[in-house]
Amino acid sequence: MAPVAIEAMVREFGHVGNASSLHAAGREARRVVEDGREEIAHAVGARPNDVIFTSGGTEADNLAIKGLYWSRLKADPKRKRILASAIEHHAVLDPVQWLADSEGAEVFWIPVDSNARIDLAALRNEVERNPESISFITVMSANNEVGTIQPIAEVVAIANEYGIPVHSDCVQLFGKAPFDFETSGLACATLSGHKIGGPVGVGALLVKRGIDLVPVLHGGGQERDVRSGTLDTPAIASFAAAAKSVVAQMGTEDVRLRALRDDLVAQVVALIPDARVNGDADSSGRLPGLAHFTFPGAEGNALLLLLDAKGVQCSTGSACSAGVPRPSHVLLAMGMSESEARSSLRFSLGRTSTQADVDAVAEVIVPVVERARLAAR
Amino acid sequence: MRVLAAMSGGVDSAVAAARAVDAGHEVVGVHLALSANPQAYRSGARGCCTIEDSRDARRAADLIGIPFYIWDMAEEFREEVVEDFIAEYAAGNTPNPCLRCNEKIKFEAVLNRAIAMDFDAVATGHYARIFDGPNGRTLHRAVDDGKDQSYVLAVLDVDQLAHAYFPLGDTTKESVREEAARRGLAVAQKPDSHDICFIPSGDNAGWLRDRLGSEDGPIVDEEGEVIGTHHGAFTYTVGQRKGIGIGQPTIDGRPRYVLSIEPLSNTVVVGAREALAVSGIVGERPRYPGVRPIGERRGLAQVRAHGTPQPCTFECTESTITANLDEPLLGLAKGQALVVYEGDQVVGSATISQTMR
Repeated sequence: MAPVAIEAMVREFGHVGNASSLHAAGREARRVVEDGREEIAHAVGARPNDVIFTSGGTEADNLAIKGLYWSRLKADPKRKRILASAIEHHAVLDPVQWLADSEGAEVFWIPVDSNARIDLAALRNEVERNPESISFITVMSANNEVGTIQPIAEVVAIANEYGIPVHSDCVQLFGKAPFDFETSGLACATLSGHKIGGPVGVGALLVKRGIDLVPVLHGGGQERDVRSGTLDTPAIASFAAAAKSVVAQMGTEDVRLRALRDDLVAQVVALIPDARVNGDADSSGRLPGLAHFTFPGAEGNALLLLLDAKGVQCSTGSACSAGVPRPSHVLLAMGMSESEARSSLRFSLGRTSTQADVDAVAEVIVPVVERARLAAR
Repeated sequence: MRVLAAMSGGVDSAVAAARAVDAGHEVVGVHLALSANPQAYRSGARGCCTIEDSRDARRAADLIGIPFYIWDMAEEFREEVVEDFIAEYAAGNTPNPCLRCNEKIKFEAVLNRAIAMDFDAVATGHYARIFDGPNGRTLHRAVDDGKDQSYVLAVLDVDQLAHAYFPLGDTTKESVREEAARRGLAVAQKPDSHDICFIPSGDNAGWLRDRLGSEDGPIVDEEGEVIGTHHGAFTYTVGQRKGIGIGQPTIDGRPRYVLSIEPLSNTVVVGAREALAVSGIVGERPRYPGVRPIGERRGLAQVRAHGTPQPCTFECTESTITANLDEPLLGLAKGQALVVYEGDQVVGSATISQTMR
């Protein structure tokens, strides 16, 4: 966590008071929460009233997806189609699939090209086929595995022609590239605290004025009756401090990370000539802190184990509930074979990453890839 | 050395990994995911590789303080163990999948990957001992007779044994549980697993029927006289008495036992208890976890995981192991493993292909 975020959190831990209570301690907590709401709104170009605090990105995504689906369906029973990109995070993928499996939704998975950029022509086609039947469109603003930044403005432009709301999971993009909710034209956008140096367990859904959501959590009616549950004042204060700090560093920290990332890519490709770099071919079209490689013939799990033993922590795709690594749905959607997907690895760089870290990877990568190739079946 | 500890989520493999760390080795824990669709929970002592097991293994690794990974071995396990199990039953044999798994998965697929990744040994929670002697390594029974698992490890060859590490061989199960509790491992009181891990229901016959169908066929006596109808020959086991399905009582009023299963004609042969007696055993595909002895030897033959060792004279060749038992044994099925010992040392194992009265 960022030091300012830890400081804010620790400070608020010392205060009692439920932000929904009317007594003095409650009012004090309410003030902290509302300061945080304004801070976050300011950081993302939203109105304070747009910010709905949640327990994190997953809850915000669930609220947007289920909330939009039910509310749009109530207004017009024809609206059963959801258009979602094929490379969404599981926090979007799974609720969308759940709506299809349990609530009668029909899903069109918007395909992506080999750069992991969504196919706008396919999206337009699908929209124009029958715009009245569409519930909403959801496209992440940047992919969490390969880092490709998505053409959200174009998606919104298509949707606006037909009055279709668009949700975007901005968890990855927020803090790493400029984002302005008001001008984005999005109906809803998801933010998460821990991806910007804030605490885990807090996030927000930005909801444009005039967009109705059916609540997922019912209870005390907090957060405009859309999201019940006692507000986590220390986490919100900390989230806000992190948001302020990350936006203040925009233009310097992202530039630093981009340079480090580009150096990591250059060194790895020079050492392992057949390594492939995934995501947008133009590196400025990818998030600054991500480097994603395919090492043909090497097993991702073996790479992970061997790098971990050398003090380098990286990750393969997501794991199933039993922890068995599965080939990433993002890489498969980009057209990779299962074995290519299994030979892939993501390196993430952040606030604490240095040139020495990049050089340390370069130092061990050759023997590690060699061994991982031996270990492949 | 660099040790890869295979961690099932049970108490034995957890303590084995902890002991490997205590012995000064660099240890990495790996849980083998053997089922493509794991169940959420284990029911009693049955099944394995559930989500709960992988969580238990991870928790143990975290407490011991070693890195932990899950290796997806479901495809290898299906091909080498489950498919083989089904094919053997279809051929009228009674295979032991645990031996097969040790030979093909733990000490082949896993060991080969481990060696490629610069590990020196694979450690498991098996109860067996390895000694380094003047003629190389040898495999021996564990000190705990009740838990000894040398039988299911007798399929290892010299090269596999060279990279095997069994930290529990010199202790009793009871003390392993105590040690787990002392180390704060939550799996200390987890029940031992029994039965066949990939048949969590425990209903082997039903499981096989689902996969091999259930074609009716004749039940005949030793003279070939048809005395009943069965519903799938492969669900019978040699030596079985109950549930054979012969309607009428036998002429002499004595119980009938399954003597053999003939898959080609889909026939089950039954007969009197005496007809089950076997004195000579021939096994194919021998495996020797040490130097193969030359000529006839005296020793002990064991044909089941926890069977009583039978005094015998045996001979080991490159293609067979033959054992002549001092006292006949009842109800031996083709496909079972014959393991011969000299004292507590494993000499070799083979798959029973022929039995003689």
